[in-house]
Amino acid sequence: MSYISEYIDQLNKKNRKALSIFLTAGFPEKNNFIDFTKNVLDAGADMIELGIPFSDPLADGPVIQTSSKIALDNGVNLKDVFAFSEAIIAYSNKPIILMGYANPIRKYGIKNFFNDAINSGVKGLIVPDVPLEEYDSFFSNSELQKNLKQKHKLKLDVILLTTPTSSDERIQEIDTKSDGFVYCVSVVGTTGIKNNFSIRTQNNLRRTYSLLKKNKMMIGFGISKPEDVINFSPYCDGVIVGSRIIKSLLDGDKPEDTLKIISGLSAACESSYTY
Amino acid sequence: MNNYNYPDSNGKFGQYGGKFVPETLISALNELESIYLKLKIDPLFIADYEQLQKEYNGRPTPLTYAERITEHYSGAKIYLKREDLCHTGAHKLNNAIGQILIAKKLGKKRIIAETGAGQHGVATATVCAKFGLECVVYMGETDIERQKPNVFRMQLLGAEVRPVSSGSKTLKDATNEAIRDWVSNVEDTHYIIGSVVGPHPYPMIVRDFQSIIGIETREQIFLAENKLPNHIVACVGGGSNAIGMFYPFIEDENVSLIGVEAAGFGVNSGKHCATLTLGEPGIFQGMNTYILQDENGQISEVHSISAGLDYPGVGPEHALLKDMERVKYFSITDEEALKGVHLLTRLEGILPALESAHAVAYLEKFIRTTSKDEIVVVNISGRGDKDLSTIIDNLD
Repeated sequence: MSYISEYIDQLNKKNRKALSIFLTAGFPEKNNFIDFTKNVLDAGADMIELGIPFSDPLADGPVIQTSSKIALDNGVNLKDVFAFSEAIIAYSNKPIILMGYANPIRKYGIKNFFNDAINSGVKGLIVPDVPLEEYDSFFSNSELQKNLKQKHKLKLDVILLTTPTSSDERIQEIDTKSDGFVYCVSVVGTTGIKNNFSIRTQNNLRRTYSLLKKNKMMIGFGISKPEDVINFSPYCDGVIVGSRIIKSLLDGDKPEDTLKIISGLSAACESSYTY
Repeated sequence: MNNYNYPDSNGKFGQYGGKFVPETLISALNELESIYLKLKIDPLFIADYEQLQKEYNGRPTPLTYAERITEHYSGAKIYLKREDLCHTGAHKLNNAIGQILIAKKLGKKRIIAETGAGQHGVATATVCAKFGLECVVYMGETDIERQKPNVFRMQLLGAEVRPVSSGSKTLKDATNEAIRDWVSNVEDTHYIIGSVVGPHPYPMIVRDFQSIIGIETREQIFLAENKLPNHIVACVGGGSNAIGMFYPFIEDENVSLIGVEAAGFGVNSGKHCATLTLGEPGIFQGMNTYILQDENGQISEVHSISAGLDYPGVGPEHALLKDMERVKYFSITDEEALKGVHLLTRLEGILPALESAHAVAYLEKFIRTTSKDEIVVVNISGRGDKDLSTIIDNLD
């Protein structure tokens, strides 16, 4: 079993849904990013999804696009992301998952990327523009491919995404290929706060959750409120919240107010089993 | 060069191409591919497409012998393929017609497109007007400024032009926004990509619809000269007019194929779009292809005087053709392209688009190495009316 899925499982056994907080690496500031992330963990985040800034983030809405641009203007590159990861992991055993688009990873070198990620203690990787079709070609031509197949050697889970447009068969294939958990994208769309979810969202979450055999399921995209967590909790093992936090930072909220959002979500993860 | 047959069943042109997109789009891309593969051999679909090309688009476009430019250089005989005479003023309508027919078959109610120079936006707005579909065109703010006439044309045609203010505010950013729109509205919306770029099956579909350029050119040059041309020159941004022209000649090894990219302020200036000349393979906007990027894999902000070539990527089939050395790629600066505009206008009375002027300007670089019994075809991908303000601003 992977570190991440074991970790989520432990939380679930304690009647808690996992709360993953997405942060853009080096945003809003590069200098105090590590301290800020430690505070996020202390406020109740169970894991951190660390966004690698990219110039052309296709799956992201305006909020995360802006944070990505600011991080790039702050001069953040992959070396920094690994350094952040290492420092955060030294503080806490909570998993760090990297989210990054294909090109910066490819430019860094797939093998180098995996080596450096594993050495800095990163536990998972999400590449939103590498779907099933490109999985083998993107991760090929290195020892990695062999390692990926021999699961006992694999220390970095490649996490795949499902969406409402994924067919049942595809979701099953994604489940087979994904490690750590399956990232269930709640809506047809890009990242961003969603004020209302339709009944269709819930039906799709139920469908996806029931199709998974191997993996835990985390829900992401659009989730911003404790109510969302409570509403979705019957159909998932955890939730991922990004834009709500990034927006709070962009709005210049006081740090304690941003952290309050996280502790609110965390409380919902705790109590959701009782609903 | 026999049995050239790309893309393969995975949508790859050698190592290039593919479907590097968010999962949300996969089912739409698969649906598009499967309906397209059926339609392309469906006699009724082909008949509709050909009829529209003839009666609406005004095809076949002429192949014009450029007598005075030929005399001017006293090298090879120069012919011009006149895509500038297509309805709406550029080759872009060839593809928009094909794709709107597919959109109808898919039952989509809403069309989105990206545009740089505005020609693809106008072509898409035009077919949407003709077929009564809602149309949204994404266009960078920089391009809206330099291609004003086309913005008004799109609006007149009933399209909504959505300004894009991110990044360099040009074609790349307009394409990002169009893809994001498609990710959010994929169920009722068809995305008419304007070039041979993006995820599979787009580079294949757009190439096939644009191949009408090369197919006609083959017939026309045979009629005129009873032989194939020695050289064919076309400009390359995303590369749709070039692929459309080159594709029917790929297996004719004696025909040299020349793609001309935009060198902007010069290939050493850092402000250019010479993707195949100076770029390297990477993953961008759904495809694996040559791109211009920095040392961290961030996509570069590029420059060309021509909005249609102002793009840091290129179609994946061009990437393959470069590696195979079947097509040779060169670049032309803004200044040289402006000279190309003047050359064609003064000697032939044809005002080319700034994009096409890059192909014209390349004549200066190589025509003196040709002999009088050789034949060169230059693809005039569009007309230059849209560029008048840029051209006037740059008059010496």
